[in-house]
Amino acid sequence: MTTNGTSIAPATRLRLDPTKCSGHGLCAELLGEHIALDEWGYPIIADGDIPAPLLADARRAVTDCPALALRLDRGARR
Amino acid sequence: MTTQPSDTAVPQGANARRLLPLAGRTLTLEQHRALHGPPAYQGSAQAVINEVRAAGLTGRGGAGFPTYRKLEAVLNAPGRAVVVANGAEGEPASYKDRTLLYSDPHLVLDGLQLAAEAVQARQAYAYVHPDQRVLRQVREAVADRLRAGIDRVPVTVVEAPPRFIAGQETAVVHRIEGGLALPRYAPVRVTERGIGGAPTLVQNVETLAHLALIARYGAGWFRGAGTPEEPGSLLATVHRPNASPKVIETAAGVALRELLGLDGYPARAVLIGGYHGTWLPADRVADLPLTNAALRAHGASLGAGVLVALPVDSCGLRETARIVSYLAAESAGQCGPCLNGLPRIAHALTALAGPGAHPRERADVSRWAGQVERRGACHHPDGSMRLVRSALTVFEEELWRHEHGTCVAPNSGAFLPLPSPMNPPRTDEDWR
Repeated sequence: MTTNGTSIAPATRLRLDPTKCSGHGLCAELLGEHIALDEWGYPIIADGDIPAPLLADARRAVTDCPALALRLDRGARR
Repeated sequence: MTTQPSDTAVPQGANARRLLPLAGRTLTLEQHRALHGPPAYQGSAQAVINEVRAAGLTGRGGAGFPTYRKLEAVLNAPGRAVVVANGAEGEPASYKDRTLLYSDPHLVLDGLQLAAEAVQARQAYAYVHPDQRVLRQVREAVADRLRAGIDRVPVTVVEAPPRFIAGQETAVVHRIEGGLALPRYAPVRVTERGIGGAPTLVQNVETLAHLALIARYGAGWFRGAGTPEEPGSLLATVHRPNASPKVIETAAGVALRELLGLDGYPARAVLIGGYHGTWLPADRVADLPLTNAALRAHGASLGAGVLVALPVDSCGLRETARIVSYLAAESAGQCGPCLNGLPRIAHALTALAGPGAHPRERADVSRWAGQVERRGACHHPDGSMRLVRSALTVFEEELWRHEHGTCVAPNSGAFLPLPSPMNPPRTDEDWR
């Protein structure tokens, strides 16, 4: 859906479906450098691409999210 | 009915009533056709789009997006397109779409056919506010057209639930698909993938009515009203002190002082753009022309054309607290920040609108506003916070007074209209 198929390492962003998220907060534990929680326990994702050293943690946040609300987007916006 | 629209000249010029020539009555198919003729099909998709582009038509549902670009996006998306006339009009302070649908449903339905021509659609929907009088007119109009054989694309009428966000694009798509009128998180726009996965054009009913007239009378005629940058007439719902709300056909460039009658009845403040809109001080608005360019310079935009002059004896804080309580109740409750933030903000605003509020409440509202903005699947939290933030600025003196136990407004009654009784959605049925 969003892969652009180029061979150069693409920019990688975390996308949240806010209608799925139910505020478990696991993502902020796994990826505290990039995700904070609001007063009600819902994630606030930092702007910009995931830095390469955090990619593995970001992937874990995506796969471990109990609500399957996170996604890693490669390539340009959208 | 004894009216003979055929005697009426085709409306021309800047001050003409184009969309609502005979407001208050419904034009029959015969009367409508005597006035405007049959739908002015242009012969090709590109011909419609070119005329709309030359006319400079923008969406009248609130976002003000150039219509030709939306038409192009749907036309160019792979797959057979679907078109929707959006007449949900969930905003309680807006009556213009209902008035238009009631007065001349055929004008909207002509526009829907032309939109179908522009994107080569074979399926059309009219998504209509649940006011039964309006629904009946639209259903009868669709049936009359079917009998007369004037539509190229069949039209299905779908009733919208009476919810503030029912007209949000993804909610419209969801409802027409047979689901609930709830916004969805959509990584892909409905112009690419909407109803049943088809490219979908969701266009406000007023926009479609303009489209019908542009096809019939041309882009040059359309530009005979308004300003070069914001051409055409527009429908506004105007709320003034000492008068019932009125749907007015006007155009960009008119003086807000006149439109809102600010000389006759001074206002405490002016609300521009409805309940997702912006409060502005009345004295700052008085000298502005009604254009998005001028309003934008003051952080406001016309939205779907709701203009409110709040009477001097009303309290802006109480009005805002009432509306935000309503907006909080109208949240779909799908996104955490909206579900948690809006009720807290509404509660704090209610405290601020009462006597002896603690200054801490003000700080709470500002902080929470920052935590709900841009974090929803739809713009409900963003629009609600636009209203809240403008209220905190425009009614700053009132905030101080309330904190010290006084209020300058003697009238404790409510001015801005809300559905009564306010029934927050509780079950799935409330979204059908």
